[in-house]
Amino acid sequence: MHFNVNGRDHEVEPDSRTSLLDLLREHLRLTGTKKGCDQGACGACTVLVDGVRINSCLALAVQYQDRAITTVEGLEADSGLHALQQAFIAHDGFQCGYCTPGQVCSAIGMAKELERGIPSALTEDLCAMSMAWTRDEIRERMSGNLCRCGAYNGIVTAIETTFAGESAR
Amino acid sequence: MSVSHKSVGFQARKSTAGVAGGKPDAEHPVGEPLARVDGPLKVRGKARFAAEFALENLTYAALSYSTIAKGRIASINADEAKAAPGVLLVLTHENVSRLSPPPLFPEGAAGSTLPVMQDASIHWNGEPVALVIAESQEQADRAARLIRVTYEPEIAAIEFETVRAKAKAPKNILGEPTCIAIGDAEAALAQAPVRIDNIYRTPRHNHCAIELHALTAAWEGDALTVHDSTQMVHLTQKTLAKVFGVAEQKVRVLAPFVGGAFGNKSIWNHQILAIAAARMVGRPVRLVLSREGVFRETGGRTLTEQRVALGANADGTLAALIHTGIAGMTAHNDCPEQFTFPARHLYAAQTFLLSQKVAELNIVANTFMRAPGEAVGTFALECAMDELAEALNLDPIELRRLLEPDKDPVSGLPFSQRSLIEAYRRGAERFGWQNRSPVPGARSEGEWLIGQGVATATYPYHRFPGGVAKIRLSADGQATVQMGVHEMGMGTATVQAQYAAELLALPVECVTFEYGDSSLPSGVVAGGSCQSASIIAAVNAACEALFDELLKLVGHKSPLTGLIRTDVEAYRGGIRHRRDTDRFQSYVAILNQAGKDVLECEAPASEPSEAKRYSMHSYGAQFCEVRVNTVTGETRVSRWLASFDTGRILNARTAASQFRGGIIMGIGLALTEETFFDERTGRIMNPSLAEYHVPVHLDVPQIEVMWNGSPDPQSPYGVRGIGEIGITGAGAAIANAIYNATGRRIRELPITLDRLL
Repeated sequence: MHFNVNGRDHEVEPDSRTSLLDLLREHLRLTGTKKGCDQGACGACTVLVDGVRINSCLALAVQYQDRAITTVEGLEADSGLHALQQAFIAHDGFQCGYCTPGQVCSAIGMAKELERGIPSALTEDLCAMSMAWTRDEIRERMSGNLCRCGAYNGIVTAIETTFAGESAR
Repeated sequence: MSVSHKSVGFQARKSTAGVAGGKPDAEHPVGEPLARVDGPLKVRGKARFAAEFALENLTYAALSYSTIAKGRIASINADEAKAAPGVLLVLTHENVSRLSPPPLFPEGAAGSTLPVMQDASIHWNGEPVALVIAESQEQADRAARLIRVTYEPEIAAIEFETVRAKAKAPKNILGEPTCIAIGDAEAALAQAPVRIDNIYRTPRHNHCAIELHALTAAWEGDALTVHDSTQMVHLTQKTLAKVFGVAEQKVRVLAPFVGGAFGNKSIWNHQILAIAAARMVGRPVRLVLSREGVFRETGGRTLTEQRVALGANADGTLAALIHTGIAGMTAHNDCPEQFTFPARHLYAAQTFLLSQKVAELNIVANTFMRAPGEAVGTFALECAMDELAEALNLDPIELRRLLEPDKDPVSGLPFSQRSLIEAYRRGAERFGWQNRSPVPGARSEGEWLIGQGVATATYPYHRFPGGVAKIRLSADGQATVQMGVHEMGMGTATVQAQYAAELLALPVECVTFEYGDSSLPSGVVAGGSCQSASIIAAVNAACEALFDELLKLVGHKSPLTGLIRTDVEAYRGGIRHRRDTDRFQSYVAILNQAGKDVLECEAPASEPSEAKRYSMHSYGAQFCEVRVNTVTGETRVSRWLASFDTGRILNARTAASQFRGGIIMGIGLALTEETFFDERTGRIMNPSLAEYHVPVHLDVPQIEVMWNGSPDPQSPYGVRGIGEIGITGAGAAIANAIYNATGRRIRELPITLDRLL
């Protein structure tokens, strides 16, 4: 089977039961994507598939052949860390670092959702063409990514400073 | 098979990107908000956790758990499992090797002294009954489900109501007396003009670190290497050596990164079973517990039932302070949830009765969870103080001022340093406490009632004995500090690089701190908020040894010739005379002159005798505002400010995060967290992060933290440790705010909406 992860092609024959998460971690040795519950409750395994965030623990690997999968290892450019990764460091958006790759990938997926005008439970005008980058919108939309160390304030600030500024420009 | 296992160490980056609050102070790196040295690794997903080490020929494990709370296994049918594709071994009590029982903390790392799978007996619902080893995780998981177990159940002690009558006083509570009685507190209470006397209940909790417990273990002959998710590498080494009957030096435990622990990452059955299986199959094994497995097989915080009775004189002073109660526990652990400890040090009173018992249950061994005792003890005590303040018609902060003791009220020892009232004053000013109405229900916005609450935070100072640090100074001007301690998010590697840089007067980027490996000098447990002080004490000792050695090395023509340790101090990458400051020689010059590439010195920390001579505690004032919905009953925390008095702060940025993390766990304790326990079967009913509700982004407001930073004159470098105090007082602050909003006094956690409607 053919998988495209972070722009690289891989030929692997995983078990039909193998999750996308285990494919990444155990077969491709891309251990940046984390396992925190294996049942879609914590968000540590969040990756981007064709730019959309998903819980890779709930995805069967075989269903993701030939899709563009991006993990935390694929976010860096030649110029260095992704702006959001830098912002996580600057605003101490983590402690143990285990949920961090999922938070980062999730936030990047979330940014696209806001751009596309997809409303959240907090969005007041469901017909608005674009959404405001408020801290409450960020908190609501990131609530699927748990952080037990409690770095939430720093995570929200990192996301806000990275993307809110961008959309204002 | 040959695998290289390297311990990790970090150098602080020269870049000051992201340093808050202006330019870093190159001469005095301590206290600077230096960005975490391991930040770039963590944000790139390159920090490797225990389950992420690739070994050749690796096998995968899965566990099967008992479904009864007490009794015996009548039969295990593993035929189908053994025949399943890829299965290499099914380990049960019938074929497991003889293993010594693991020693309990602090002698070992185990959460329970029960022998692991050594016979057919069952001690709790969820005890591992079989472990499968297979070529892949999918095969192991599938086979574990094919194991058929029948049981001969016995009557189990699982209902708290039943066992509470048989509750007994343990011999001691973590080395402290079980009961403290000063005067006749009950009589004083009966005669006091103002009385508060209530029962408070707190449920079971689970730590829920996001990283699942995991290990990757490999035997090479009788040598064992384990990458374990642990907060105690040396005790794990010692425990595994004992269990498997091998010499300690044959066991190496590595834990460079741990994905959260909070007291939960010690030795449980799974490591022992996986390592036993690895020896049997002759191949390395990886075991990652399922989230359900974490709840079934590792302990959490136990439930408590607490009575707080306060008898006040008309002037508000306390005639009686009574804090008693019962915690659930097993016969095989030593974690009595010391909820009466805060009342032993916080308030002056004429009489005291502080006593706690334990009721034995057939449950998974409860264990230490962030501020064991203090987290739930301050809930009861600080709610009661709020109730008393109202009964006396006093502001709750004014009441604390009235009750502030001038020495430890129980031991009579002097306080090493205590600025609780000052912390309240600063916090109240910043929070705007004076604008709060003491009348419940006075503020509302639409369907939301708004209230504010306050409570005292407190956590004792500890320093574990036995730590040893090594400093290696090299002729290129770099220093490496080594100690087998832990980084689970506290910022250990960062702050200790800062501290060593300060001590050696080196730029912080010239210092590397190595940790998380049992082959390093003996560390201490990452627990009791004591790592920082314990490490600093050992590093100080190593530094003294290093200076002695350096002064021996200086030749006859050195500016330092003839000087002894007390004459000199570290200065800008070298040593100078304290008064005759022109007499200076750099470390590099000393080593070069002596023809040495490296100088290494190792020394043990001094005995932690300071806590015997002083009452040493950290303090804080937790202020919060909540909004309670009158239609749905839901509570939202809308504001938080915490003002701490916790000794010297080593890094403003990582400290703020630790304080916030504790407070957020306190928000969970107050509002959402409870491990549901079926008292008919002894089974945990919500073993998942979907049903055990830890706070999520939307539950957490911006949390403001402040501190006085006053160094403790008695502790190493004035540091007292800050990892746990954030959760203390948080539950009471919220409960008190909910009372202020609604007029409803809820004395049972968590304060879910059904309790408010």
